[in-house]
Amino acid sequence: MKNTTLLVEHLSASFFTGRGEIKAVNDVSITVPRRSIIGIVGESGCGKSMTARSIMRLLKYPGKIVGGSIRLMGKELTALTDAEMANVRGEEISMIFQEPMTSLNPVMKVGKQVQEAILLHRKITKKEAKEEVLRMFREVGISEPEKRYNCYPHELSGGLRQRIMIAMAMICRPKLLIADEPTTALDVTVEAQILELMKGLRDTVDTSIVLISHNLGVIAEVCDYVYVMYAGQIVEQADTFTLFEDPRHPYTKGLMASVKSLEDKNTVLETIHGTVPNLLELPEGCAFSPRCGEVCENCRQAQSLIEVAPNHLVRCYASKEVQHG
Amino acid sequence: MVTNIVKRILQTVLILIGVALLIFLMLRIIPGNAILTMMGDKTNPEAVERMTAELGLDKPFYVQFWMYIKGVFTGDLGTSYSLNRSVSELISTSFPNTVKLAIAAALVAWIVGIICGIIAAVKKNGIIDHLFMGVSLLGVSVPVFMVAMVLQYLLAYKLQWFPISSGNAGWVGYILPAIALGWNSAGSIARLTRSTLLEVLQEDYIDTARAKGYRQLYVIIRHALRNAVLPVITMMAVQLSSLLSGAVICETVFSINGIGRLAVAAIEARDIPLLQGTVLFSTVIVILGNLLADCLYSVLDPRIRKEV
Amino acid sequence: MEKKIKNTVEDGHGFRSVCYRLWKENKVAVFCALLIVIFALAAICAPLLTPYGYDEIVTDTYRLSQPSLAHPLGTDEVGRDVFTRLLYGARISLMVGIVPTIISMIVGALLGIIAGFVGGKADAVIMRLADIMLAFPSMLLAMVIMYTLGDGIINIFLALALVNWASVARIVRAETLKLKETEYVEAARSIGVSKWKIMMRHILPNCIPSLIVLFTLNIPSAILSESALGFLGLGIEKPMASWGLMVNTGRQYLYTNPWLSLAPSAAIMLVVLAFNFLGDGLRDVLDPHLKNQ
Repeated sequence: MKNTTLLVEHLSASFFTGRGEIKAVNDVSITVPRRSIIGIVGESGCGKSMTARSIMRLLKYPGKIVGGSIRLMGKELTALTDAEMANVRGEEISMIFQEPMTSLNPVMKVGKQVQEAILLHRKITKKEAKEEVLRMFREVGISEPEKRYNCYPHELSGGLRQRIMIAMAMICRPKLLIADEPTTALDVTVEAQILELMKGLRDTVDTSIVLISHNLGVIAEVCDYVYVMYAGQIVEQADTFTLFEDPRHPYTKGLMASVKSLEDKNTVLETIHGTVPNLLELPEGCAFSPRCGEVCENCRQAQSLIEVAPNHLVRCYASKEVQHG
Repeated sequence: MVTNIVKRILQTVLILIGVALLIFLMLRIIPGNAILTMMGDKTNPEAVERMTAELGLDKPFYVQFWMYIKGVFTGDLGTSYSLNRSVSELISTSFPNTVKLAIAAALVAWIVGIICGIIAAVKKNGIIDHLFMGVSLLGVSVPVFMVAMVLQYLLAYKLQWFPISSGNAGWVGYILPAIALGWNSAGSIARLTRSTLLEVLQEDYIDTARAKGYRQLYVIIRHALRNAVLPVITMMAVQLSSLLSGAVICETVFSINGIGRLAVAAIEARDIPLLQGTVLFSTVIVILGNLLADCLYSVLDPRIRKEV
Repeated sequence: MEKKIKNTVEDGHGFRSVCYRLWKENKVAVFCALLIVIFALAAICAPLLTPYGYDEIVTDTYRLSQPSLAHPLGTDEVGRDVFTRLLYGARISLMVGIVPTIISMIVGALLGIIAGFVGGKADAVIMRLADIMLAFPSMLLAMVIMYTLGDGIINIFLALALVNWASVARIVRAETLKLKETEYVEAARSIGVSKWKIMMRHILPNCIPSLIVLFTLNIPSAILSESALGFLGLGIEKPMASWGLMVNTGRQYLYTNPWLSLAPSAAIMLVVLAFNFLGDGLRDVLDPHLKNQ
């Protein structure tokens, strides 16, 4: 327990709209051990960002956490008042977002924006805070930190802005960093640098990272353990090596195949046919069944996570049969 | 930023000349003789001739315009025919009253408007929001003279809390006119504040600020408001024009000797120099206000500051 | 922009579909539309609704009589029935709301499209002219125009149209500049469709939702302007009845006969409010991106 930074159990979050309740996060359990990088992967709309926002308790209206528990270092976050939760944010959990272009306030100098984060949680003078910001800028690899300190966001490149965002998130040395598609908007070369940076920070700052991405390459690059999400549920979870070597859920297999066929120029591009289902009209039983190539009678029933190997869980009947066969 | 502002100033000068020309044209080249219009039925050939010479109306058009423009730049706006005093002197005595009224009204409008807009945005789709927005639409829809008269009737006449006429009543006299005049703008400012704030609250950097650990209220004050206020500033410049328009009515109802009332008096007395002077002066004020708002905008928004 | 074009195709701006969506999303707006229709009917059928004429002196014993069954809003200082004058005044107010707005919309839309599409010198001339018009406090400009032209309903139309065209031209120009960049206009240009045809066939139809919204929102402002002019004693020729003019004469009796000025004020407020609510509702349905202008 001591070595667990974050323990999410049976978390459910929904949007309440005029047309009904949309279960965007449905009974999700995630364990983040200390100093680990956990990946959450899935197509857009599968609920991975909602999961992240639920952990931060930053759901946008009309989203709401409806059940489950979120424990950070043993502290139950769902039980905190709004004010207490605000104190946790930035101090104990930080988050960086997908769009470094729009995630910084356009009318404020970036240095000030980072400084705010530390002034908010530490009783230090402005001067000390500025020193701390400059030190952090150096740590995240920003050259000429003094000059950058006085820049406005529109004057910086996407990669620099994301570094600023990381500096802002890490300045209070939080226990947990949630990165929601941190490199999606960046060039491939910049992406690699940012991922390296995050890996390095995990060790120097002693923080755990939850990395959300739709890009399996990014996940394979940095994560220790991966959760695959589909339609608000976790459909498979395993350590990175196992997941890529031995994917069991048809959805995971499909994801892998579409990446592999990209690498191999001779094969036809493989895709998972169909699109992400409308969360208001989910099929009975397995949510993936309408798109699944191996669908059978059993898929009409609700599926539960089955442990097919130690620490490898799959939400599919068929995976069990493979085991027995 | 500097080239931008210089460009804007040059543009303003162009507009100023256009405005002066337009007012001049509208008042001089009217069907029939300007003098006859001015003097109405009491025509007396000798007086007409004297007036014509005095106003320079016997000279060619371009000479008239040149004399007029020269006058404008030396602060000489001619002599009021009905009040027999210099127009610039009349304006300089009445303008401070209009300024007082406009500032008081603007304060009412901005304070009420911005606060109501913020509350409505924060309580989006709640009862308060719907109520505020309904009331603000009412604010936009009620004629200034109606608010003025209702206030005058109820608070000044029936309850006698305020003086009926504001002319010599000191600052107390400006309370009702300011509410009447500000009421209108408050509605539109509240609506604009609400919609821009709602838009800004959807921005990603608001999430960033919250992720840092700011509470909702601080997020709004420190991060959202400054971005939301930018369009509101442009609005203020537009409001200046409508404040001056409304001041004409308000000053008439509450007998404030301001520039609007001067314009009305000029029309009633068919006093062309006075009308010309008051309209030109008010328009220049609006134009300068717009220029100021533009400069302020570019100072407040670093994205524009660095452009061009 | 792409989204907007999709809207035009998919959701449709047909009269029935707009009415349906308005009804679904904003019942107040529909109610306001009904109110406007009622006002319009009352204005048109005025002679059927009241036995008196608008300048008929109905009493000479008590000129400023209090409301009674025969005269639901009393009589004015000359002895005319206030309710009758209110009905006839609705004609003026609605006409003054609609006619100059139509004129200014047509002129503004044409000039705006030309400025935006042709660009260059035409753009510069039109927009500087618009800047000059917009620099005036609208009330003072209208006052000067009325002073120059003299009283009369046609002159009011002219004055208000002159005051309002510039803002329409500005909005339409901005819209045109955006539309000019779209693929289908580029495509039309590349196959050699004439400028005039592109403006009329491709650009104008796409401006129409904004124009409808602008139309409903400019009507109340025109009504307000006329009433303000009337309040100052400028505007239509007496003894015709206009709400603003009724307030102007009634104001002298504010303390003894307040309804004399407050009844027409309330009528103005109701009509303006109805148009504003309707315009707001239409904007949400037709053209959400106009919201911040």
